[in-house]
Amino acid sequence: MVEEMKLASPRTLRILGGLSAVMVVIALVLVFLVAPQERTMGEVQRIFYFHVGAAWIGALAFLVALVTGTLYLRSGKTQYDLISLSSVEIGLVFITMVLITGSIWARPAWNTWWVWTPRLTTATIMWLVYLAYFMLRGAVEDPNRRRRYAAVYSIVGFASVILTFISTSILADTHPALFFGANSPQTKGDAPLAPGMRPAFFFSLLTFTVLYITFLLYRVRLEVLREHVEALKARFLTP
Amino acid sequence: MPDPQVNTGPAGPIIDALPQAAEAPETEASGAVGQRLAEWARYSLVAYIRAVAAVVWKDLVAELRSKELITAMLIFAILVILSFNFALELRLDRVGLVAAGLVWVTIIFAGMLGLDRSLAMEKDRGCLDGLLLCPVDRSAIYFGKMIGNLLFISVVEAIFLPLFSILFNYPLLSPGILLIIVVGTVGLAGIGTLISTMAVHTRAREVMLPVMLLPLLIPFILAAVKATRGALDGLPWGEFQGWVQLMLAYDMILLAVAYMTFDYVVEE
Repeated sequence: MVEEMKLASPRTLRILGGLSAVMVVIALVLVFLVAPQERTMGEVQRIFYFHVGAAWIGALAFLVALVTGTLYLRSGKTQYDLISLSSVEIGLVFITMVLITGSIWARPAWNTWWVWTPRLTTATIMWLVYLAYFMLRGAVEDPNRRRRYAAVYSIVGFASVILTFISTSILADTHPALFFGANSPQTKGDAPLAPGMRPAFFFSLLTFTVLYITFLLYRVRLEVLREHVEALKARFLTP
Repeated sequence: MPDPQVNTGPAGPIIDALPQAAEAPETEASGAVGQRLAEWARYSLVAYIRAVAAVVWKDLVAELRSKELITAMLIFAILVILSFNFALELRLDRVGLVAAGLVWVTIIFAGMLGLDRSLAMEKDRGCLDGLLLCPVDRSAIYFGKMIGNLLFISVVEAIFLPLFSILFNYPLLSPGILLIIVVGTVGLAGIGTLISTMAVHTRAREVMLPVMLLPLLIPFILAAVKATRGALDGLPWGEFQGWVQLMLAYDMILLAVAYMTFDYVVEE
């Protein structure tokens, strides 16, 4: 079925892998050597570049899952479901990374690993929603039904992503807000990024995006190969 | 074994609703196209509402005969309240601190119990297949089940809330709180019906329902508790109106998504 997924060819993957490696190195240099030190938080602020990058990939991955899930429901093509599943897998890993890096940052910045502010709460809900996505996939036996349910759940669950995104603007939160934070009384408006930090920030966003695409295509490739093996097994191993 | 009394009941009105829809376009032979279209839309809307009503009616009759859902939900709600009473050592003077949260947790737990039974009943007795065979729009079945669940949960609330007020000597019945409860219950029944339809088709469905449903409801609990707290503290409407609007927005999103995706959930 996924034979036609030429995007995940070994050649493309090699190129993307190389590109990601180079970009990660450049991003590390920018983050650790070029970007200025933050005035009050010091070195620990540098985790921000990874934290926001990972959060961005989480949101992007779940959006891709929503779109491909919808496409699957409309067309019934299993490739879409495969991309949707791969995307949620990657998104969940990155959101886990967001929660962990956030905690590491919060310990020195807020003097606690965890607080139940809106942003942290909604992000945790989002994490739980997509964890439930995998439980759902594991609990449905019929493959077609599994794909349909997963698609429906990836659509319903996206509400949690939107909620996380807007949480700092509609509710009072101590979590720093780069965008849409103006309404929150406690952040006292947006906290715009110092000009010196911008190259490192935007480059790490770009790096994470390329990394995401690479992972996604590798995951799709893995599934293509797995199906190939299954087909070979069915051909040669059945008596 | 299927109970014939419960099963045969609903077929009547659903079938009655159909000829109306089929004949409607022909009855208005003359007149402009727009008029005929409007006429047809009106008739198909009537047929749609009749189909929804038939599903609700079927649920009501089944429930009136068995009294299975409401009894279970109500007893469960009372047990939850009792457990919390001991777990939190609630004294009358500190109920106010936790009342809003307590009410919502109880409603949602009891609601989930009812949602699971409501759809499991359809699945186990093969009624869902029967419903799907009816030549009506699938979303009519969704809205029928959803309104049925909404009614059952509301009945439980209508008994549970005064009981809570009496037991803890805490007045819960004000227009503001009732509005919040209605808005919250619509959301619970709306998304709950969709998710429990999925959950009954999975292995270990009793586990899957809360695992899938609770994360989607947490934003709701958050907003509902804040709004209820505001109303209980006697704040002016403007102070907690934002939370109610948030709940309404979430209601509409969830209902729209459920309406659009229900087809794919029940498809065989």
